[in-house]
This record gives sequence, C-alpha cells and structure tokens, in this order.
Amino acid sequence: MKNIGTERVKRGMAEMQKGGVIMDVINAEQAKIAEQAGAVAVMALERVPADIRAAGGVARMADPTIVEEVMKAVSIPVMAKCRIGHIIEARALESMGVDYIDESEVLTPADEMFHINKREFTVPFVCGARDLGEATRRIAEGASMLRTKGEPGTGNIVEAVRHMRIIMAQIRKVVNMNEDEIMTYAKELSAPYHVLLEIKKLGKLPLVNFAAGGVATPADAALMMHLGADGIFVGSGIFKSNNPEKFAKAIVEATTYYQDYHKIAELSKGLGEPMKGIDLSTLDKKDWMSERGQ
Amino acid sequence: MKIGILALQGSYFDHQKYFVKLGVETILVKTPEQLDEIDGLVLPGGESTTMRTLIDRYNFMSKLKSFCSNKPVFGTCAGMVLLAKENTGFPTHIGVLNVKLKRNAFGRQVNSFEETVYINGIGDVEGVYIRAPYIEVASDYVEVLGKHKEVIVAVKQNNILATSFHPELTEDLKIGRYFINMIVQHNKKNKE
Repeated sequence: MKNIGTERVKRGMAEMQKGGVIMDVINAEQAKIAEQAGAVAVMALERVPADIRAAGGVARMADPTIVEEVMKAVSIPVMAKCRIGHIIEARALESMGVDYIDESEVLTPADEMFHINKREFTVPFVCGARDLGEATRRIAEGASMLRTKGEPGTGNIVEAVRHMRIIMAQIRKVVNMNEDEIMTYAKELSAPYHVLLEIKKLGKLPLVNFAAGGVATPADAALMMHLGADGIFVGSGIFKSNNPEKFAKAIVEATTYYQDYHKIAELSKGLGEPMKGIDLSTLDKKDWMSERGQ
Repeated sequence: MKIGILALQGSYFDHQKYFVKLGVETILVKTPEQLDEIDGLVLPGGESTTMRTLIDRYNFMSKLKSFCSNKPVFGTCAGMVLLAKENTGFPTHIGVLNVKLKRNAFGRQVNSFEETVYINGIGDVEGVYIRAPYIEVASDYVEVLGKHKEVIVAVKQNNILATSFHPELTEDLKIGRYFINMIVQHNKKNKE
C-alpha cells in the first residue's frame, strides 16, 4: 500500500538537504539566482527578516501569490513560513503543495501557548530551537527538521553559535548519562523523556539540524558547519549584501568545503560589503525574535 | 573492496552508514582524485541541481564520466538524475545511463511516499520515494529491475545500477548487497 506523509518520508526529505544551503527569497528572480548558485531549497517570503524587523507590526504568512511564483520559477524544493501555532496558515501552505513549512519565530506568533501538532500534517515542518529542551519538544510535536534560532535579520552569528554550542553540549551530556539519570535531566530541560532516550540510543539528534539566523559570510557558514550544523539557512545575508550572486555562490561552496581553510580564504576575497548587521547589545529585549515560542 | 560516496551534498552519511552495515570499507569522495582509490561509486540522494553546480565548479565531470563508463556505480534518486542520458525539461549531467527520465515525477514533497517494490533477482524491497524521479523510457541496453505500478523505478545497465527510491533511508540491505556483488563480479572479470 502506498503511504504518504510518513515519518520516514518527512524526515528523509530533510536528509536530502544535508550539506546544503537554503536561501530566503522574495520573488522568482531571486529564487533563480539562489538555484543557480547551488541552493538546495529556497524559503519564499514577502520580506527578508531584516526588512520584517525594520517594518515592525505584525508579520504574517507571505501572500500565496509570491509563494506560487517562486514554486513555478525553480525545480528545487520551496519552503514557506507560517506563524507559530497558526494551524490554518500551515494548512493553506500545505494545500498549495509547499515542500516544507517553517513554523517560525521570524513571524509574529499566533499562539503563545501551543505550537502546531505537526504529526497531523502530510507536509514536513522545520522548527527553531535554542537548546535541547526546545529541540526535543519540537521533535515530540512532530517536527521533521530542526534549526538554531539565531537572531534573524541581524547579520550577527553570535546567537546561532550559542544555540549550536548549547545543543551539542547537551547531546553529549545525554549520551554519556546513565539511563537512571535521564528522567531528572528531562525534568530540568522540560524535555520529553522518550526523545532523550532516543538521543542516547542514537548518539545524536534523530533529525537533521541546520544553522539559521545571522549567517552573513562564507566564514559564518563554515563556522556553523564546524560546530556541528548539518546545513545552513541564509536569510537576509544574501539579498541584503551588495553582491547577492557572489555571496550566494561563496556561501554554498564554504558549506561544502568548510574544512578547507585555504578555500574559505579565497572565497572571502573581494566579496564586497556583507549586510550591515546589528550588535545585539544595542537590541531592545522586546525586539528579540528568538524569545518567541519556546 | 572500497566504495566511495560522492559527498558534495545530500544523503552521503546515510549511504556511508548503509554500506558500513554491510561490512564494506567506505570513503567520502570530496575531490576528483579520490575516484582513483575506489572500486565502486555511490551517487547519493540530494538535490541534483546543487550537486551538478558543485561537480562543475570542482572539475569533477570528466573523471566522473570515465569512472561511470568503466566501473560500478550506484545512483539513488538525484544520483539517478545525474546518470540519465536525458532528463525531460532539464539538462543532462553525466549522461551514461540510456534512459529518458522525469524529475520530481510523482509530484512535490506532499506526494512523497513509501511502498514495497519488487526487484527482479532480489525480491521485495522497501521503497522510500522523496520527490522522486522515474524512468519514462529505457533503451534496449537497459535491464528494467523494478516498477512502481506502470513506471520504471529501478534499472541496471552493465556496471550501472540506479533506483528512484532511497535504500539508504531503510534497514533493508538487499539492494546494497546486490551492488557489492556487481563490484565483486567486475573486479573478478578485470583480473581474468
């Protein structure tokens, strides 16, 4: 019998993206630039995170016209964002045949208590996580892929680094724990016990975990790969730089060859201005997107 | 015996784990020179457009073409797209497998599915299809190994094995064993 939307098919889709770069785009032209640069998927948006941040107000699911335009323009998978907890935005995107949904803190949350029950969907979801507690809660809700929650639209890698460091350290801790100790650690992290047990058994997360938020240069992408990311999301970093084509290509190559430091040096030469970026100590606490939807 | 897995992008770690389970030595192929060290090559699942971009940028193509014309190679999903002589509506990549192939032929991700598939000479195999291609036309030199309903999803042409589905995402090792046997036969013939 033919089975669609199984866990293996949804998680498997993310496995195919590994070692690749997923780029935010706002129209067909940008999507084509991303595809030609070697992106493994594009995220169709109405605005990139830096512009969402600048615009303020309530950020919602993109106009489906834009998503459709991007789906028509490229043969690689197309992702789109819905608000945290917004079941209907997610259903609408699923009905359009979007390949992956990002239940994303970049948009204004629709529900401050609950995330979407992602198991009920045929389309797979990616969710952000700052630590193993968040990561395992999202896994238990049925996410098929994870990513860090680096502060979006800031061009500042520091938060993504923090999240990746924390998650990797907590995984090592679980793997080395005696099974007797895991329930108490689950209580500490507010983590589902069975997911921690699965991590202990596998020696790693059961899902692909990408870096996201603040990637602005090839070296940033390589750094995240070095720290254990399975791949890279780039939001504003490409189309807010002054040479998107060059940045897109360089970030793709740096992700593949992140251990080749000579290549990273070459790729970083004469790239031009990356996006300007924000020092996070100047960012008002209420403007932190990574605090949303824990 | 050493199997290389093209590690530019995609499910190469899954393939490595898969062949390690079968007790074979594996390496991840990141440079064209590494092709000289291996007895068989796996082209993994992933995004074929991305892999092609990186193949060109790192001058893999001529060495890949000669490897795939002479030694055993196994392509899954995107790997099959890389091997096909004709991809309807899309460019040809390595172009050594005499088939006409359709990309994303079963639809988008929401149509991705699992279903057991019967493979000639092997039996029932777990089939996991992710935005998978299928073969529209196979030329006379190509042996059709398996079909999903009416469409071709597994083929063999001399030293080339290709599937629309992803054995590397399953615990079903039969296809891997079949490929290892292809390498054994090839090495034996070369010694004679």
